[in-house]
Amino acid sequence: MTDHLLSLVLFTPLAGLLVLLFIPSRQKELIKVWANLASFAGFLISLPLVSRFDKGVSGFQFVERANWIPSLGAQYLIGIDGISLLLIMLTTVIGFIAILSSWNAIQDRLKEYYCMFLLLQVGMLGVFMSMDFFLFYVFWELVLVPMYFIIGVWGGPRKLYAAIKFFLYTLAGSVLMLLGILTLYFQYASQFGRYTFEISELMKLSLPLGLQQWVFWAFFLGFAIKVPMFPFHTWLPDAHVEAPTAGSVILASVLLKMGTYGFIRFSLPLLPQASVDQTIVQILAVLSIVGIIYGALVSLMQKDWKKLVAYSSVSHLGFCTLGIFAMNPNGLAGSVLQQINHGISTGMLFLIIGVIYERRHTREIAEYGGLAHVMPKYAVIFAIAMLSSAGLPLLNGFVGEFTILQGAFEANRVWAAFAVTGVVFGAAYLLWLYQRTMLGQIANGKNLHLPDLSLREIVVFLPLIAWAIWIGVYPKPYFDILEKPVQRIVERVRPGYYQGGAQAAIKPGHYQGRVGGRVPGVSGQ
Amino acid sequence: MNQFYTATDHFVLVPAVMLALFGCAILLFDFVVFPDPRQRKYLLFFLILGEGFAGFGLWKQQANLANGALEAFHGSLIMDGFSIFFNWIFIAATLIVAIVSYKYLEIEGEHHGEYYSLLMFAQCGMFFLAAGTDLVTLFIGLELMALSFYVMVGFLRTSKRSNEAAMKYLLLGAFSSGFLAYGFSVMYGISGSTKLTEIAAHMEARGPFDPLVLLALATTSVGLLFKVSAVPFHMWAPDAYEGAPTTVTAYLSVASKAASIAFLLRIFLGPLASARDAWEPILSFIAVATMTVGNLAAINQSNIKRLLAYSSISHAGYMLLGLIAGNATGIKGIAVYVMVYTFMNLGAFLVLVALRRKGIIGEDMDDIAGLMHKSPGYALLMLIFLLSLAGIPPTAGFLGKYYIFLSLIETHHYTLAVIGTLYVAVAIYYYFRIVRSMFARDLTEQAPLSTSFGLRVALAVSAILTLGIGLYPEPFLRLAETSLLH
Repeated sequence: MTDHLLSLVLFTPLAGLLVLLFIPSRQKELIKVWANLASFAGFLISLPLVSRFDKGVSGFQFVERANWIPSLGAQYLIGIDGISLLLIMLTTVIGFIAILSSWNAIQDRLKEYYCMFLLLQVGMLGVFMSMDFFLFYVFWELVLVPMYFIIGVWGGPRKLYAAIKFFLYTLAGSVLMLLGILTLYFQYASQFGRYTFEISELMKLSLPLGLQQWVFWAFFLGFAIKVPMFPFHTWLPDAHVEAPTAGSVILASVLLKMGTYGFIRFSLPLLPQASVDQTIVQILAVLSIVGIIYGALVSLMQKDWKKLVAYSSVSHLGFCTLGIFAMNPNGLAGSVLQQINHGISTGMLFLIIGVIYERRHTREIAEYGGLAHVMPKYAVIFAIAMLSSAGLPLLNGFVGEFTILQGAFEANRVWAAFAVTGVVFGAAYLLWLYQRTMLGQIANGKNLHLPDLSLREIVVFLPLIAWAIWIGVYPKPYFDILEKPVQRIVERVRPGYYQGGAQAAIKPGHYQGRVGGRVPGVSGQ
Repeated sequence: MNQFYTATDHFVLVPAVMLALFGCAILLFDFVVFPDPRQRKYLLFFLILGEGFAGFGLWKQQANLANGALEAFHGSLIMDGFSIFFNWIFIAATLIVAIVSYKYLEIEGEHHGEYYSLLMFAQCGMFFLAAGTDLVTLFIGLELMALSFYVMVGFLRTSKRSNEAAMKYLLLGAFSSGFLAYGFSVMYGISGSTKLTEIAAHMEARGPFDPLVLLALATTSVGLLFKVSAVPFHMWAPDAYEGAPTTVTAYLSVASKAASIAFLLRIFLGPLASARDAWEPILSFIAVATMTVGNLAAINQSNIKRLLAYSSISHAGYMLLGLIAGNATGIKGIAVYVMVYTFMNLGAFLVLVALRRKGIIGEDMDDIAGLMHKSPGYALLMLIFLLSLAGIPPTAGFLGKYYIFLSLIETHHYTLAVIGTLYVAVAIYYYFRIVRSMFARDLTEQAPLSTSFGLRVALAVSAILTLGIGLYPEPFLRLAETSLLH
């Protein structure tokens, strides 16, 4: 409690950025080395968070508190629980990998590029550790500006359009979310007579359901656009297609998780009654399922490799939001785990696209075919990434999707039935993509002499592959880390859930029992 | 008791006296001591000295604030936290504008000593606008400020644009002053007094929907809303902003607006406070219209000064929202908003001042293209100012908007709050057209920026305050807290 480990993690990228500002732009190698070092240091410093994290403790750890703006009641208050821990680790790992993967891809304005990445890193870490709503909002908005520049300066042909679209969409959502935050803040002040943005204090509010619903929708707009949930997803394909590889990786792996994290951390605990309100849950579940199926179907139709992966994100994040609104331990834990999985597997897929794009400067799927003959190592790594994304057992995607489906099944079997089709479509578009690009004979002469992966490129993939296999084979530590925070949230939105049907909640057998009980009654009539 | 000129009167008047005296001194020294045009920049030291004395007087007054507000000249002037707060803003704005002007005016070939005097006279008028509690005092303050501005807007004698701008501003300004004078006469007719407190009492006795009160409200509002450039009285702003010398535009957009807002608050929270039921719906409509017109018209501007003019119109709309909410948070919000707006808007105009070089007008979207490649520092500063203008944390602009939105929620004006927030997204679109031009386009103009020591200092101060207020706002919020009108 007394040390400042979390602040250290948060501000390491910032320190790296400040030093980077003083390196002259001409020293290109030095800039690259320094940026990589800074992000690697950020990763190393975040490791003790894992080793010192106490899984048995319910509530926040590594809490740091300082007064920031007393007249507003805003504090510098950071802390993490299991959910934030996993997302922070994802951020530091992916952040480092994204920066490492830019070594050759980015040739001009290196200094600004790496500055933007480090700034982005600060913003994302801040979002995942803030326990004060004002602080959270500052970090949340801080992320927009560097991402705008990463897309808008180093992106593809329609980069400016994509960048401003990204900015406007997410900004419009987040300013409305700000109104929701201010409503809670004002309600707290009128009930308790003092102003605060502290989340745990705001949780003491008792609000009428109607107001909760309004605030919920305000939050929903902020978070759903970020996720992005159907029908707010239209900015995502543009942003992904135009962004440079590392930008896509960060965007898919970490930035989108800010939205789902927002639902879990803020919407659910702060507005428990609205969150379990039948109408709201139904709407959100349906939107999630539509997102799953729509994203998958659109992916099937894509001719552009990167756009395909972008739409697959819409589908995969549909699973994450579905898990959240199943409102049971399996759904929530699965959702968080799937967020990590999506970060790993989609991150890998974007990196894979980046590798081939650097060699051929096209992302048309039709341009490729039979690459496995000239780039065997590449084909193997792509296969692993693809299978992890498709949810093959023994790889990470399977664990997450399975747990979410389990949770969805407990909540509503129709949801689960529809969501399962998303898994099938997912396998279809990914396998088909693999077939079209990697297998068969080399049809295009330009692909005959492509060099296989270099050592640096393999190094970029290795940690992600290892992580994917670890989660796939032995996910227990992750579920252990998630158990307490998930329990807290479920207790909060459905009080008495664990007492009411203790074994029922944990074992899906409960539902079978109930069904079994009903069947004789039916047959008896 | 019935003395003509008491020590308190003198104490309260010190800043205004200093401004007027040093303004006159500059006029004299201009051709007596510094006959050579190249020496004219030394006149700046007189201005700084005058501001120093005025600031010292203000500081003494602020130290005295604990004993309560000071009233002077039989209740014509009041030195409360409100007027002190606004006067600090005027001093800061005048100093910043003055120290960047010499290089700019030399390039324009119109560097004259009167310029500095006019700045000080205008500021003297603002002093009375913020501190006045008497219709006549307020009106004289307004005219002193406005007349100085008419001259300054047309300061580039050989430029058609500048002359046209001055003429437009003068005609429309005179017209609006006429309305204001008419409204004041109705108020005097109602109450038989020119003191705001007495007028307020009489107005309250008549109720909000009394025809005379409505007449006074309508005519006074026209004059006041013209000054803050609210729709539909905003027509002058884009032309005047575009034609005026950029330094004057900067000054006009912040100091004149701040003073007019102070004036508007004095009237609407004073004599017109009791007629809130009558003006709140109208003002809500005007605020929304102002934000709409300002934001939508800014989208397609290719001249950056014009774009910023429309953006400043939309900012007036946000400030009016604080008045509509009308609670303590709202009024404090306006104070914070005016404060942060001063620095961020000045900053943005200062970058434009640097873009004006010999033979290059430097205010078009194309002129700023590729600024990042040539002068990354200026491009970054401009980015900070624009982000702040749009209200993105952690810049100061966010705090202004934060208070406004909070006050709207506290008073249950949810629709206005939603409209106000959505226009933030519109605003980012046009501000980012400038950003896009600076960062994503190629360099079109190789000539280096015209910078001077004064400009660098001014930019540094604006940037430090814009970021500083955003990151650690506590002391500034406390300062704004003292400015609440009771």
